[in-house]
Amino acid sequence: MSLLRGSLQEIHSRLAKKEITSVDLVQESLKRIQEVDGDVRAFLLVDEEGALKRANELDEKYSKEGTRGLLASLPVGVKDNICTEGLTTTCGSQLLANYQPVYNATVVEKLHNADAITIGKMNMDEFAMGSSNENSSFSPVHNPWDLSTVPGGSSGGSAAAVAAGEVYFALGSDTGGSIRQPAAFTGTVGLKPTYGLISRYGLVAFASSLDQIGPLTKNVEDSAYVLQAIAGHDRYDSTSANVEIPDYLSALTGDVKGLRVGVPKEMMGEGIDPGVKALIQKSLDTLESLGATIEEVSLPHSEYAVATYYLIAPAEASSNLARFDGVRYGARKYGENLIDLYHETRSKGFGPEVKRRIMLGTYALSSGYYDAYYKKAQQVRTLIAQDFEQLFAKYDVIMGPTTPTTAFKLNERIDDPMTMYANDMCTIPANLAGLPGISVPCGLSDGLPVGLQIIGKPFAESTLLRVAHAFEQATDRLPEPKLGGSRA
Amino acid sequence: MSKYETVVGLEVHVELHTKSKIFCGCSTTFGAAPNTQTCPICLGHPGVLPVLNREAVNFAMKAAMALNCEIATHSKFDRKNYFYPDCPKAYQISQFDQPIGENGWLEIEVDGVKKRIGITRLHLEEDAGKLTHDDDATLVDFNRVGMPLVEIVSEPDLRSPAEAKAYLEKLKSIIQYTGVSDVKLEEGSLRCDANISLRPYGQEKFGTRTELKNLNSFRNIERSLQYEEVRQAKALDAGETITQQTLRWNEETNEVKVMRSKEQAHDYRYFPEPDLVSLVISDEWKEEIRSSIPELPDSRKACYIKDWGLSGYDADQLTVTRNVADYFEQTVQAGADAKLAANWITGDLMGYLNSHNLEIHQSNVTPTLLAGMVDLLQKGTISSKIAKTVFKEMVETGKEATKIVEEKGLVQISDEGAIRSEVVKVIQANPQSIDDFKNGKDRALGFLVGQVMKATKGKANPQMVNEMIREELSKL
Repeated sequence: MSLLRGSLQEIHSRLAKKEITSVDLVQESLKRIQEVDGDVRAFLLVDEEGALKRANELDEKYSKEGTRGLLASLPVGVKDNICTEGLTTTCGSQLLANYQPVYNATVVEKLHNADAITIGKMNMDEFAMGSSNENSSFSPVHNPWDLSTVPGGSSGGSAAAVAAGEVYFALGSDTGGSIRQPAAFTGTVGLKPTYGLISRYGLVAFASSLDQIGPLTKNVEDSAYVLQAIAGHDRYDSTSANVEIPDYLSALTGDVKGLRVGVPKEMMGEGIDPGVKALIQKSLDTLESLGATIEEVSLPHSEYAVATYYLIAPAEASSNLARFDGVRYGARKYGENLIDLYHETRSKGFGPEVKRRIMLGTYALSSGYYDAYYKKAQQVRTLIAQDFEQLFAKYDVIMGPTTPTTAFKLNERIDDPMTMYANDMCTIPANLAGLPGISVPCGLSDGLPVGLQIIGKPFAESTLLRVAHAFEQATDRLPEPKLGGSRA
Repeated sequence: MSKYETVVGLEVHVELHTKSKIFCGCSTTFGAAPNTQTCPICLGHPGVLPVLNREAVNFAMKAAMALNCEIATHSKFDRKNYFYPDCPKAYQISQFDQPIGENGWLEIEVDGVKKRIGITRLHLEEDAGKLTHDDDATLVDFNRVGMPLVEIVSEPDLRSPAEAKAYLEKLKSIIQYTGVSDVKLEEGSLRCDANISLRPYGQEKFGTRTELKNLNSFRNIERSLQYEEVRQAKALDAGETITQQTLRWNEETNEVKVMRSKEQAHDYRYFPEPDLVSLVISDEWKEEIRSSIPELPDSRKACYIKDWGLSGYDADQLTVTRNVADYFEQTVQAGADAKLAANWITGDLMGYLNSHNLEIHQSNVTPTLLAGMVDLLQKGTISSKIAKTVFKEMVETGKEATKIVEEKGLVQISDEGAIRSEVVKVIQANPQSIDDFKNGKDRALGFLVGQVMKATKGKANPQMVNEMIREELSKL
């Protein structure tokens, strides 16, 4: 078995006993990338030299003294919208094809301080806009479970790399489901923390009021470890919450007795694939057998969630992406004058989905339309948040499928944005309400993974991890994906 | 007299003199080499976030309070979106519907008439970079980007270019007193745009306005408004309609040039800044700031006139800047007679400062030193004439007046015997003058006084000399 398939404790103890080295782990990752990434295309950049150098430094450091932390020496993938100093950060866009940040994102600093090793930058939908990773302006990512299907998006590269065993874990970002949906499609664990739990400093903004960084891991325990390392207030992010960070590991008790679970009928009804629904029902039964109580509930405003999201997120994006004007960095395209320079740079630099959202957002914020669109959407957002608040008075967690279907075929929906957008109907409400959500694998439907989504109260990551962990322990692990199927 | 009433409103930007920028830690020092006071945050690099500088809020509150504004309890920031190379994020973080301060006012005085001018709002925002246009290139300096600014918008209460100028002068003075800005038009820490419209007297509805930009001196502000007043009046007289547009004042040709018309106006697509949390201003916070505001010029001026008997003119001169007012008050507190101190400050001291391009606190003459000299003068130890010499020496060396007087032997002779003996000597030596005096020629008296002063090297108490000459002559 590949070194990277081992558990954290296993790797840690072998490192401590000097049976393996940091360099071995990096080499293992590089070897796996060499083997499979031609098919998967999860990486936009592999920093072989940097990773080996760092591995050598760590081996040197720990040969003398010190106990390493559990994340130490692990090869890690970082989504390419998270800034890494001196390491090209493209956001999946031609416009930033050669952009090298001059600083590290706070999460990158934190992983660095935990001695994790950044092995490379992960493919993604351009500026995190997409649900299939087909909007990457470099290459689509292929789902390791079936190379003819998408891995989900926008953190498709991060999820696929974890699923394919190319990295130990990866960081993604989730604005409307971009961690949880690819986690569901690739049979990995994806956690979107409460808005404000993790610093956004250094995450290239898509929709500032919704964006949140989180881990994609092989299992729930790893998710807890990574979260422990990256959560916490950051003075460089005013929207990061000043809350005490609990010990997430101690929450993994396996106990869900008395847990009150609400299952919104809106997430188990129309549009949900029968195979997906059946696995979710089975998962709920499992939890019930573990002592949880399951009740059907309603999120009456959730039917407006997708529409609300597609006003707020593009509105913020239209402003956030305005800085990519070719004046200070990025791929500048000259024109006759200043307006031409802007026009050429942005017309040639952005892909069609990004342009579509910039236009949607610009329109939603325009004078005369603001009240009807942006402001109305913010009001509905409040109602959606209140729906959850009311449910959380009675229930500990809300559960349902992460996605309505399993991974779909590449090119299947690329020309149908509305169907593509609807794929996020189960994940978007948590972003709008700022709540934490986790997707944990709950089986295979026609050979493709299905994700169970658990949504919790603000800053109740401990509860989410506990429930997800208990569920994971009570169910069979998914097999490893075989990297089969045609890349079509 | 014109048949139109002029209506003017001013939009003033004041750069706050905080140590660091409003959303990052970069320095705000003026005059550094281009682009040396920048960081990824103020340069708007991908992924950066703003963090509000609390001192900038303190300063904005202070300015708003000094301008009698109501201070918001809940305030927030918004994005103003526009593309331009001086704006690296392509949006300016500003305040749209919840400014720090609203409904303020200040008082102006033009031709002896006092008038209260309303202040609609005062909001906090970040400054843009500075563009320098060359023949074939535009250079951009981002040192200024992210400097904290307050925008202060007046009500359309001003009725003449002179009132507009008085408003701006008063605004500058008040802000200067609060210490939140150095308010220098020439360095751009004070900037002004003006809206002007005309309407027939008696009409309530405002006429169509034009906006004047690039008003970088008090003179330009008054002149451009006078120009526009005449231009609009002529147009209205000719039956033309005024086009709502933005005009740029050209100080070389003394004309305005159209920058953009209403149709070309930007849609800034304001929306709440999601990267900042909203600002809650507690009563304690407000009180803390309120208690740090010094006494402002209007109140000081009133006190100088009422309690210390100064003229309105002198009181104005002494309250123009806080430093001068503080200096004057310290001089009086050090024991000087207020009127004498006022004369010396507005006279010799100001003259010296102007000719040496110094601020009042930079001269050698401290309030204590000046008070010492005024004291000698008042006690008659030195004459005003000697005082001039003493002052000159004092301003050069920073020595105490008593010491200068002692060293140079400048003590006024007030000893009756000594003066009388000089007087007698002079009269005896100038018989012709005695005749002239008796023939009613007053000039003779002056001549004799002059002779005595000369004989005593200017040290004799001139009043005593005068009296004694009269006495001695009347004896003859």
